[in-house]
Amino acid sequence: MEYLEFEKPIQALQEEFNKACKIGTDNDVDVSETCQQIEKKLKEKKKEIYKNLTAWQRVQLSRHPNRPYTLDYIQALCGDTFLELHGDRTVADDKAMVGGLGKIGEQSFMVIGQQKGTNTKTRQYRNFGMANPEGYRKALRLMKSAEKFNLPVVTFIDTPGAYPGLEAEERGQGEAIARNILEMTRLQVPVIVVVIGEGASGGALGIGVGDKVMMLENSWYSVISPENCSSILWRSWDHKEQAAEALKLTAKDAKRLKVIDSIIKEPLGGAHADRVEMVKTLKKIILESYAELKELSPKDLVKSRMDKYLAMGTYKD
Amino acid sequence: MAWFKRTKKGIQTATEDKKDVPKGLWYKSPTGKIVDAEELARNFYVSPEDGYHVRIGSKEYFEILFDDNKFKELDANLTSKDPLKFEDKKKYPDRIQEAQKKTGLKDAIRVGVGKSKGKDLVVACMDFSFVGGSMGSVVGEKIARAAKYSLDNRIPLMIISKSGGARMQEAVLSLMQLAKTSVMIAQLAEEKIPYISLCTDPTTGGTTASYAMLGDINISEPGALIGFAGPRVVKDTTGKDLPDDFQTAEFLKEHGFLDFITHRRDLKDKVNLYLDLIQNHQVRA
Repeated sequence: MEYLEFEKPIQALQEEFNKACKIGTDNDVDVSETCQQIEKKLKEKKKEIYKNLTAWQRVQLSRHPNRPYTLDYIQALCGDTFLELHGDRTVADDKAMVGGLGKIGEQSFMVIGQQKGTNTKTRQYRNFGMANPEGYRKALRLMKSAEKFNLPVVTFIDTPGAYPGLEAEERGQGEAIARNILEMTRLQVPVIVVVIGEGASGGALGIGVGDKVMMLENSWYSVISPENCSSILWRSWDHKEQAAEALKLTAKDAKRLKVIDSIIKEPLGGAHADRVEMVKTLKKIILESYAELKELSPKDLVKSRMDKYLAMGTYKD
Repeated sequence: MAWFKRTKKGIQTATEDKKDVPKGLWYKSPTGKIVDAEELARNFYVSPEDGYHVRIGSKEYFEILFDDNKFKELDANLTSKDPLKFEDKKKYPDRIQEAQKKTGLKDAIRVGVGKSKGKDLVVACMDFSFVGGSMGSVVGEKIARAAKYSLDNRIPLMIISKSGGARMQEAVLSLMQLAKTSVMIAQLAEEKIPYISLCTDPTTGGTTASYAMLGDINISEPGALIGFAGPRVVKDTTGKDLPDDFQTAEFLKEHGFLDFITHRRDLKDKVNLYLDLIQNHQVRA
């Protein structure tokens, strides 16, 4: 388990707790009372820390090295029924964008999402979760296939942004994302979107237009990452914490700004603290959302989706 | 000074007099592994040691895909005409007759309908042994009829491609089979009947430029050659060295044209898993 800077008090208590328990088992001394006391303290400390997280701390949690990624969720949700499908039928198979068919409960879903790696090698292989145009085109191909066979779509957003590369521009990164956004507004099947980690800009929205858009409690969603915002507006990366606050990028903010429909609660300490619990919650919410959406005719579904996006933004008339 | 002296130079035994293992008992894979033919069949015609997927035909694929190898063959008696009175080294009708005699097949494709894991499936499978799996009017018509059967009975279609491309002896009529088969694939798509394209070694030329690349999913087997222009043509035209894995299934997947590559052992399971998922049926065990 890795601890972030602001989690250090928890780490200290956890270590104390482990030590006490070890003394108990090694020396045959009754330490249950001490252990209980420390455990209680630990719980309180966790509550105290995680209840009052700053925007920047949430950004850090959203990038926690132990945090579950798209394929972790897919495998936990679909098990053996997941069949990964590859390729955009044009240029490449983008490893930063994964997708395929799987059962959640009794229902087939087309599940799509950005994928990050877990060590240096796989991070490079997955291009740090930054998709190229091929990734967005693969995602669209899969969504179109789902539409053809009347299957609902679930997308998981977890990206620091679409890949800013030379070849990506040559092959039309902007066009690919634009096409996806347009097609997703009028897809004839339910689309459920969950921001599970980082939701940066067009790279996120390229698979993010949906009937139910939700964010995990410790994810973030904005037009730019706090670091890049800081470097543009303050001309240095040092103001990232300030930028994180200013951008209003937390789930709560997004809900208040009505750009998402709901917030999904994470286990205490974040999604990685209790993966089983997190998956259970997610499964329940996806199935509930689908049960609600499948009642709508394709026409009504698309109309209410379009209306939702038409209402976004604030202005004086 | 040698102890023995060879009086006659070179190898003198005539080829036909050489002692040889009878054909069909052993199989030697390209990496040099020797496999017993029966063991090979038990292992889905995949060399157990190096995973080499041996080229097989419709008979073997039907055996792999259909439950208890039970199926009904459609349009088994369709055969070629000779519309252009084509003649190269041989007359076209002679070439066809010879191929029929050699292979026991009527043309380069067979269509079977049967149960796969308990559910109906139409499988159109090409045979490379028949004039290089070339696609002429018969192949086109049989694919069109297979698709029609799928449409009328609402049964998923699987086409197993294994072809050198269009059949030159039927010239432009062969070319038009690309359009003819595509018409039927489009109709299947309209009716939302799943179509799976399995590209096997080799899938080239006109086949790739039509039904082989048009599946709801395109899948393949490890190491299969898939491409439009042959590697020699590409090399001669461009004058460039080609990558080692050029036009392999793995290359195609990396470039976005295949949904997945499957070992032949898992073929039946994976095809049926896809069909259950895409049709929102319960996944069969």
